[in-house]
Amino acid sequence: MPLYRDDAIVLRTQKLGEADRIVTFLTRERGKVRAVGRGVRRTSSRFGARLEPFMAVDVQFHTGRTLDTVTQVETVGAYARRVCEDYELYTAGTAMLEAADRLVDQEHEPAVQQYWLLAGGLRALAERHHAAGLVLDSYLLRALAVAGWALSPIDCARCGEPGPHHAFNVAAGGAVCPRCRPPGSPSPAPETFTLLAALLSGDWSTADTASTRHRNEASGLVAAYSQYYLERTLRSLRMVERS
Amino acid sequence: MSGAVAAGRAAAWWPGPWTRPVPREPSSMSDSPRRLCGVYEGAVQDLIDELGRLPGVGPKSAQRIAFHLLAADDHEVKRLVDALVEVKRRVRFCELCGNVAEAELCRICADPRRSDEVICVVEEPKDVVAIERTREFRGRYHVLGGAINPIDNVGPDDLRIKELMSRLADGTVQEVIIATDPNVEGEATATYLSRLIGSLEITVSRLASGLPVGGDLEYADEVTLGRAFEGRRIVGN
Ligand SMILES: [Zn+2]
Ligand SMILES: [Zn+2]
Repeated sequence: MPLYRDDAIVLRTQKLGEADRIVTFLTRERGKVRAVGRGVRRTSSRFGARLEPFMAVDVQFHTGRTLDTVTQVETVGAYARRVCEDYELYTAGTAMLEAADRLVDQEHEPAVQQYWLLAGGLRALAERHHAAGLVLDSYLLRALAVAGWALSPIDCARCGEPGPHHAFNVAAGGAVCPRCRPPGSPSPAPETFTLLAALLSGDWSTADTASTRHRNEASGLVAAYSQYYLERTLRSLRMVERS
Repeated sequence: MSGAVAAGRAAAWWPGPWTRPVPREPSSMSDSPRRLCGVYEGAVQDLIDELGRLPGVGPKSAQRIAFHLLAADDHEVKRLVDALVEVKRRVRFCELCGNVAEAELCRICADPRRSDEVICVVEEPKDVVAIERTREFRGRYHVLGGAINPIDNVGPDDLRIKELMSRLADGTVQEVIIATDPNVEGEATATYLSRLIGSLEITVSRLASGLPVGGDLEYADEVTLGRAFEGRRIVGN
């Protein structure tokens, strides 16, 4: 199979040699693919502008011995531009790309749900459907759930005791009942638990009306939860701006 | 698949119905080893590792350069070593603008004929060289030392942005031209800077992105062409 074609989102790019880039894609059918874009850093490149982070593209690859090569690119969603025009969107979007890059670990292993989740998330971000911070937090909770680490915002994450509960524990997996509560677990506001549940289920009418205080509290918990289950710091998370 | 179909399915998924998998313990995915697997012994491997850290040098090139140096004459290698030592000894960064300099101030900051009213902000010293080649610009520069790139751990505090703001504080500068790279990181950096400088009474402009001179319009991609439209200017009259 010397040539193949796939829908993809550009996760990141790294300079290679004089004018090339190694581009990391999250593709619809093949999961993560790393490929070389030849000459794309030259201002005369025919598709350099389409191989930028945040771009949703239709790509044709040529299979190579070590790395595949990009031979054709068409734009499906030109999100890069709109994301870069707003610093809040840029920092939130970068954290989404970094999380996707981490969660889809293996190359050429299909990750269809992760692909659609990121595609939808970037579109919601670029089109400003909701506050950037909410889109990021919802994306992180859902992407982690797809990867097998679903937060339990209402019922006890340990024993399943129906909630709502008052305590939250990252290592336990979310809300914890009084019996399961490990010592030192924080007690966020009840509205924060409601917001976490709304972000996880996509209940935007609830999420959009949450107050700044509860948004901040929820994003702190989402950040701690993400870092714990990703087992590494998401570097871009510390630079996320929230209004 | 067409764009419309892709967008449609993305909309269905976001915010879509949700089924919750059971939480599980974190696995032990560890950092992938960055260091090239040590194929060679001691000094040779150290050299390959050092060369591999240079921008644009991959594992294979690092190995090729290392073996080239091993085979080269002693005096050839000494010339390279001397050049490296000399450049680190003599060349430093301009205290005002961050450009490469052989004194406290670079050639441009030290030149009394240049205008103090306009500052052109670039990412790297090599961008100063590129703009100087045009002979279009007679103001001063400010070199940031990169662009904001959170994934690579580069935030606003890691760039020379504080130094730029202090240069703007005394009211001499009337215009700031942002000439960061026309890519995602460069654009985001420009967005950040224009928001920051926007609070002062200074004109902020961004270098126009447009069509490559000497090319055919039909070959321009839609992103570049769109930018060229936005940056159009009135001609005649
Ligand atoms: Zn319990
Ligand atoms: Zn200088």
